[in-house]
Amino acid sequence: MNLNVIVHAGISTGTILLIAAIGEILTERAGIKNLGVEGMMLLGAMAGFKIAHETGNVWLGLLGAIFAGGILSLLHGLVTISFQADQTVSGLSLTFLGTGLALVMGEGLTGLTTPVVPNYTVPILSQIPYLGEVLFTNHNLLTYFGYLLIPISWFFIFKTKPGLHIRAVGEKPAAADTLGVSVYRIRYLYTFIGGCFAGLAGAAISIAISPGWYSHLTTSGQGWIAIALVIFAQWNPTRAALGGYLFGMLRRLLLDLQGPAMLLGGRNPFFYNHNLVFFLQMMPYALTVLALLWGSSGARRKRLGAPAALGEPYVRGERGL
Amino acid sequence: MNPIEPTTETFAVEMKDITLRFPGVLANDRVNFTLRKGEIHALLGENGAGKSTLMNVLMGLYKPNAGSIFVDGKRVSFNSPRDAIAAGIGMVHQHFMLVPNQTVTENILIGLDEPKFVLNLKKYDQKVKDLANQFGIQIDPTSLIWQLSVGEQQRVEILKILYRGAQILIMDEPTAVLAPQEANELIDTLKGMARQGKSIIFISHKLNEVTAVADRLTILRKGQTTAEGITLGGITRESLASLMVGREIIFNLHKQEQAAGNVVLELNKVSALNNKNLLALRDVDLCLREGEILGIAGVAGNGQSELVEVITGLRECTGHILLEGKNIANKSPQASIAAGLAHIPEDRIGVGSAPNLSLTKNVIMKNYDHEPISSDWRINYTAADLRAKELKEQYKIQAPTIETQARKLSGGNLQKLILARELSSKPRLIVAMQPTRGLDVGAIEGVQELLLEERTQGSAILLVSEDLDELLSLSDRIAVMYEGEIVGTLNQKDADINTIGLMMTGSLRGDSSCSPEEQTTPAQASAEEPTSEQEAVTTFTEPRQFDRSKIVPMHRPFMESKREDKQTDDEGGE
Amino acid sequence: MGLRLEFQKRTEDHPKWLPAATSIGAVLLAFVISGFILKSVGADPLYIYSYFWTASFGSWGSISDVVVKATPLLLIGLGSALSFKMRLWNIGGEGQFYMGAFFASMVVLLPMVNLQTTPKIVVFGLMMVMGMVGGALFGFIPGVLRAKYNINEVITTLMLNYIAVYWNNYWIFGKYSDAGFQMTKMFPKVAWLPRLADYAKQYKFFSGITLHAGVIFGLIAAVIVWIILNKSRWGYKITLIGDNPKAARYAGLDITKNIILVFMFSGALAGLAGMAEVSGVVHRLQERISTSYGFSGVIVAWLAKLNPVAVIIVSILFGALIVAGREIQPSGVSFLIQGITLFLVISSDVLLKYTLRIERTGKHSKSIEPEAALTEEAK
Repeated sequence: MNLNVIVHAGISTGTILLIAAIGEILTERAGIKNLGVEGMMLLGAMAGFKIAHETGNVWLGLLGAIFAGGILSLLHGLVTISFQADQTVSGLSLTFLGTGLALVMGEGLTGLTTPVVPNYTVPILSQIPYLGEVLFTNHNLLTYFGYLLIPISWFFIFKTKPGLHIRAVGEKPAAADTLGVSVYRIRYLYTFIGGCFAGLAGAAISIAISPGWYSHLTTSGQGWIAIALVIFAQWNPTRAALGGYLFGMLRRLLLDLQGPAMLLGGRNPFFYNHNLVFFLQMMPYALTVLALLWGSSGARRKRLGAPAALGEPYVRGERGL
Repeated sequence: MNPIEPTTETFAVEMKDITLRFPGVLANDRVNFTLRKGEIHALLGENGAGKSTLMNVLMGLYKPNAGSIFVDGKRVSFNSPRDAIAAGIGMVHQHFMLVPNQTVTENILIGLDEPKFVLNLKKYDQKVKDLANQFGIQIDPTSLIWQLSVGEQQRVEILKILYRGAQILIMDEPTAVLAPQEANELIDTLKGMARQGKSIIFISHKLNEVTAVADRLTILRKGQTTAEGITLGGITRESLASLMVGREIIFNLHKQEQAAGNVVLELNKVSALNNKNLLALRDVDLCLREGEILGIAGVAGNGQSELVEVITGLRECTGHILLEGKNIANKSPQASIAAGLAHIPEDRIGVGSAPNLSLTKNVIMKNYDHEPISSDWRINYTAADLRAKELKEQYKIQAPTIETQARKLSGGNLQKLILARELSSKPRLIVAMQPTRGLDVGAIEGVQELLLEERTQGSAILLVSEDLDELLSLSDRIAVMYEGEIVGTLNQKDADINTIGLMMTGSLRGDSSCSPEEQTTPAQASAEEPTSEQEAVTTFTEPRQFDRSKIVPMHRPFMESKREDKQTDDEGGE
Repeated sequence: MGLRLEFQKRTEDHPKWLPAATSIGAVLLAFVISGFILKSVGADPLYIYSYFWTASFGSWGSISDVVVKATPLLLIGLGSALSFKMRLWNIGGEGQFYMGAFFASMVVLLPMVNLQTTPKIVVFGLMMVMGMVGGALFGFIPGVLRAKYNINEVITTLMLNYIAVYWNNYWIFGKYSDAGFQMTKMFPKVAWLPRLADYAKQYKFFSGITLHAGVIFGLIAAVIVWIILNKSRWGYKITLIGDNPKAARYAGLDITKNIILVFMFSGALAGLAGMAEVSGVVHRLQERISTSYGFSGVIVAWLAKLNPVAVIIVSILFGALIVAGREIQPSGVSFLIQGITLFLVISSDVLLKYTLRIERTGKHSKSIEPEAALTEEAK
């Protein structure tokens, strides 16, 4: 067990959650709750893997994954924005649909190999003591993309005009509508973008950070954890990134706990009784619930909440217009 | 058409033969409307006459089925508000269209071409400030909307329009939410803007207000124009009223003088927080007797909702609330209901009813666990249907059947449904919040008559309303709320709009005591000594002595805590 | 010129047959769309569908298999229907099912009673109660989190699904493993639910028929849920809270309590399904006893429009899908069909609220906002 390894690996795997969570933040900030992240990620992972395998080009794979997630999310948009269906149920069905599509189309991919997104060490930055080693050495290119994504998405949401419009549409769609901002267009757009991010997050698993296609085990609930992360992060990309990285490190720590025979000066129970590892495997999910519990009391203390119109279909003419 | 009008005049706006059909409703039927440059033109009509719809057509929110619109003499066809804004038209909606957790400047910048991408808020804060100064409007561009009072929010709405360079302003019932003095201020501001060349459409259903502000007026009734662009000279209020309603309005409610009986409701030093954890009720003392209507006046957001919620058990509080001697503070809504409380909530669809459920299921909402509806774990739906049928008949609720979903009822009929449910339980205390808002004239009279009937039968009624005319005509006493306090209580016969208005803005404090006999006007209060009888009922109310020095300046005790909250805004994060 | 679709808000109630028609239409259309998808990945949809039919309804034996698979779907679907009625998204049927199986198994594995001397009926009774307790416990947790802390129940129930699987794995592998396999020893006969095959001596016809008494639990539960929803005070409260929680609070209902109760009831039904599976089908606690029953139960409830009687029919259809889907390649077909079905069902709900009109459009297309009639009234 080495702290540097844990931090390094945590940042790596945390990137997957970060990408998916930031996509979902953009969608939810516009007032659309898309619970189909898991399905979109799995479809993205499959599409990325399949395309990269068949074309031999990993970049086409990434593109395909982004596209696959985006297209799937448009179905959610159609049903919830145009048909005003319940967003929770629609998101669930998106998960089923994405999973089904990924399994059917991904038949026979298990065990194949593809080109993967390369790792890279940043020349000068990697020389910084400690930080250079864990942040800028031998990381996947998508991890660096994740670094850039954090400030860019924060700036985009809070400091630009499109960001202002997203927030307005998610908080009070009628206000945006009366000022000529098309609520439907914005909601469709950011549902699509959220889907693209989820697709990319899926591909980040299958052809970049932990390559391979293991049918539905490829994502193993990370889409749901990403959604929990959004709530935990109170719809703020910076907090989501922090949470994602922490979560990644925790996973790695739990994995590494199984290794040594001695732990904290005593016999390591996980080493001697391998069945106890099931409890370690349980931890990420249990911690997600605990994080939500902790986050909810924090949100209550600071009186922060979800975007006010989250989950509400917008129909012109209802309530005050 | 007005004969003195030159036919060649270019109007700021001209709407011809506008027809708009909604499923089952003809909202506008060949409506004509013209607006001259630099005038204030009142658009008058009852609720539901089609005024707002017509203006939404002008704003490009709805496309008319027929008719044409000219702006500055040019034919236009707006597909969205964006087009209308580009043509120089802006609207202040009755319900403000502001994003609560964004700043004033951010709200103003939504939907504009400039800034192009990056929001440089500092630069635009200054621009907003300059614009506000130009029209004599006071506002801090960096405050968050939810921190502002209703009047301030309205100013933001007006700035939003002016910032877009609008020449034509539509004000949808702008005074409905203001205290009388604030309303006068607003009217002055509007007149000033008209002098600077803006053309203003002023939507209203209040006759006296219209006569004070408007150069010309157009009246709608049931979607049709009954008067178009008439000037006010030589027209009586009565004839205006009949153009608006189509018959003589009789505002003589059958309210008889009657002595109030025993105390039904007592509030003793009740304080409560609002949803944002700020103090919204501060040491409220109240008392209400049998056969008495106590009106609560105040500008929206001064604690009225919270007052109603603590009494009805929906909000936690400190202090005592005694209903017939039983403390119901911090008990469940069920406890208040059991103690004989009926509640007519402000939000009929959101709180008062279950919109997708049948009339029957809405009617039994509060007595589903009593005989004859239910005696054990079962519900006897036959008995429930019977009850629903009875009430539908008795209260003349117009609906196809008792199976009809509540959301399919019109506003007036839904209110009748709620009243039927609440009043049929023979309540001791009725808490009614804005019971007539949004209803048409016929329905309003019906609701008011029902409340007066309950008063005759000895119920105590707490009536919260923003409509001062309604309060003055129904109440026996009127208590005025300002920033969570009762700043004074007046007898109906001593109350006048001006005094109430001063109290509503916190500029005047009066006496607040319980006994109606001892109620005095503020000017007399200092001379009066509390009698022994008064002491008996007001053991907890120290009658505040009126004194001219108490004409306190506007103060905002919440301000400090509000400012702190700014840090919790999203952007305050990492 | 072109065609445009126009939605108009219904001013009248929709016809009574429409919800059923949309559900049936959705299922049929889902098969058609899945057919195209299968075709596109090189499979033969007609062959697959005909295989589906023979594999599920081809013989008495397979029909019995279908009903066996439908039983957990029925129980979980009923629980889901009840919680959805209150707009609580309990997606934790899977986890509640596993916990039910675990708790029921403990009666045998600990053992909680002397299995040699205790009468069969007592063992069953205890297993049923324990199964329901286990499920209710895993309903209680998200229920409390939702009711008291307003934490999204979709996420908590999903996370608990994973937790339940690992929890079971620990006991299966770590404590009660049968020679290191992913299962416990077979339960003694006293803990087996009666099956039709048990009566093969008297009635030859029943030999090999796996149908067990668990299906009776399901049918009784359907009746109970129907009575709750349509005849009881509790059902009225559930309906009222589901339609408008603010109105329910205003009417004096205790929403916190009812959220927790509904979650526990819903979980108990899923737990009972888990008990029926270990006691009636596999006769031991083992890994992967559920083929996503929890999720399919959600779809069943929705497709049945939360109507307990319709849940019976739909769960049989989905039972067939699962039976046939077990052996077919590609393996995700039944998932795909379920996903598309659910999507189509919720899309078709728009037809219940709006009428669809197709009109030719010229230059002067007229658009009306459907909800606009409320404008004036809403004020």
